[in-house]
Amino acid sequence: MVEKHTSDIGFSEAPVRASEWRRFRRVFFERKLVTFGLVVLVLMVIAAAFAPLLTPYDPYELGDAGESLLQPGGEHLLGTDLLGRDTLSRLIYGARTALMVGFISVFISGFIGVPLGIIAGYFGGVINMVIMRAMDAIMCFPMLLLALLLAAVLREYDVISGIWVVIIALSIAIIPGYARVTHGVTLSIKENEYIMAQRAMGSSNMRVMFRHILPNAFPPLIVLVTMQLGALILAEAGLSFLGIGIDPPGAAWGAMVWDGYRYLANNTALWLSPGIAIALVVFAFNMVGDGLRDALDPRLRGLL
Amino acid sequence: MPSIPGSEAYSSDKEKSMAELLKVENLKTQFHTEGGVVKAVDGISYHIDEREIIGLVGESGCGKSVSQLSVMQLISTPGEIVGGEVIFEGQDLLKYKTHGPEMRSVRGAKIAMIFQEPMTSLNPVLTINQQLTEMLELHLGMSKKVARERAIELLGMVGIPSAHNRIDDYPHQFSGGMRQRVMIAMALSCSPKILIADEPTTALDVTTQAQLLELMKDMVERFKASLVIVTHNLGVVARYAQRIYIMYAGRIVEEGTIKDIFGKPRHPYTIGLLKCIPRLDEEEGRKLVPIEGLPPNLINMPPTCAFLPRCSYKVERCFQEPWPPLKRLHDRHYISCYANTEEKTGEPTER
Repeated sequence: MVEKHTSDIGFSEAPVRASEWRRFRRVFFERKLVTFGLVVLVLMVIAAAFAPLLTPYDPYELGDAGESLLQPGGEHLLGTDLLGRDTLSRLIYGARTALMVGFISVFISGFIGVPLGIIAGYFGGVINMVIMRAMDAIMCFPMLLLALLLAAVLREYDVISGIWVVIIALSIAIIPGYARVTHGVTLSIKENEYIMAQRAMGSSNMRVMFRHILPNAFPPLIVLVTMQLGALILAEAGLSFLGIGIDPPGAAWGAMVWDGYRYLANNTALWLSPGIAIALVVFAFNMVGDGLRDALDPRLRGLL
Repeated sequence: MPSIPGSEAYSSDKEKSMAELLKVENLKTQFHTEGGVVKAVDGISYHIDEREIIGLVGESGCGKSVSQLSVMQLISTPGEIVGGEVIFEGQDLLKYKTHGPEMRSVRGAKIAMIFQEPMTSLNPVLTINQQLTEMLELHLGMSKKVARERAIELLGMVGIPSAHNRIDDYPHQFSGGMRQRVMIAMALSCSPKILIADEPTTALDVTTQAQLLELMKDMVERFKASLVIVTHNLGVVARYAQRIYIMYAGRIVEEGTIKDIFGKPRHPYTIGLLKCIPRLDEEEGRKLVPIEGLPPNLINMPPTCAFLPRCSYKVERCFQEPWPPLKRLHDRHYISCYANTEEKTGEPTER
């Protein structure tokens, strides 16, 4: 009864902009898992940003003779690896790698994929055909396989090194995702009368595409970015597990799992802690992506 | 002499002193669809003088909007302008490239357009300021600050109260009528020579319609622009337009001053249109007479008059010869018809 009353008031009197934001917050924070995901991500970003202050030990410093493969507890909270390096410190530095790969790849691929999608959708015809078929061709390969191949090639020819190999390889592998989503939304946005009105006002195609269509395509893209961040971190872990990730002294979760996997039974913390970190972060990104989709998707308006 | 609303303000000597601003000759626009070629605009010719208000009237799908979009070169595939000339300021606009800089400098700056649906004619993610100043910066090279001042001034002119507060609002914070006012401000922001209003009031309720038409008339007078009102509503043009073109199935079937069209309509289609409009000043009990039948499918049209199946004036010649070109009746009154419609009209259509 009380609830009905308040919602009536909110409906009739709240200004439109405020209620829009309010709806976003309500839907987004309604699910506990989404809130949980957000907290995990915030903590992870803080950990990555302030890694040198938070880590108890230097993640690259080799331990003394007796410090190899220590069990959790004691001075080293999560134990040490074969070379006596502190697992917790490496875990925190691993967050840096993961986030860096994730965010930079998303940015690079978005920077290429989004314009491609808009151009294909806006002009249609032959341009659309060429761009979208090229994207389909890239999509034929499983993302990880393609990234593996690209990373191997980039490394072989010494074009770039270290973490950038992973970043570039993953960026190229996920371009089609952006192009496809942007293409789809562009097709629907360009039918709106304001696009015709803009053209009737003398706007150039570039202006129409990037000033008028692009901002309207943002909601689905934000969701895509969040979802892909999770996938990218997982892929990066996969690549470094396979040994294609970052160069040896650097800390990456996938490589840590690989290091620990040789001691499955006797040193659980060594492989389990980076494993949990990967699972947690991927899960967190997916939850936040889900929450954003629910909150931003106009089709769910009224249902949620 | 029957009195026509609005015609008093329009004196005939003024009309003759005006120069021709835009001349459309034999414009043809076709759409290539899977079902065949749709001749949406099939050779129309019209002109508009400086500071004149003309009406382009016809039912849905008769090509009136397409003809205006063709003038602006805003037809996209599968549509194509296949012929004709659009002479504006001595230049044939159709010779310009669709996306070229010459055409872009005409659109918005010289010829502006207002669309039917105010709810969707503004970009929902940009503020009114962003959208209004964009044109001023683009066409007139104003700085952001000057453009903003001008935008506020324009909003005030179209009757948006406390414009300096509302200018940073988003379109969804405006009502339909307000948005159409913003559209008018936007269209007139660069002082175009011609304003094309494509069904500007169709989506609005009746009281708002009247206000907006009045506003549009005042604004074009103030900006010394010409106005093309595209509508299916004869009532809308009756009050404001000086000359009217009646379109049917992609062609202009009758052209004349407002007195000609409302006082002595001669084309069977115009006569039919006027018979199905209710009037306040008529005796009670007159029945409205609808035009029988449906508008034709524009694919695979016969060479004969497209109105023939619905026409009650048809003569033998109509079946044998192709659609006649516009022929002059007198002064500025033209029709495209073989039949002699004069004797049958008379009483019911006179006001």
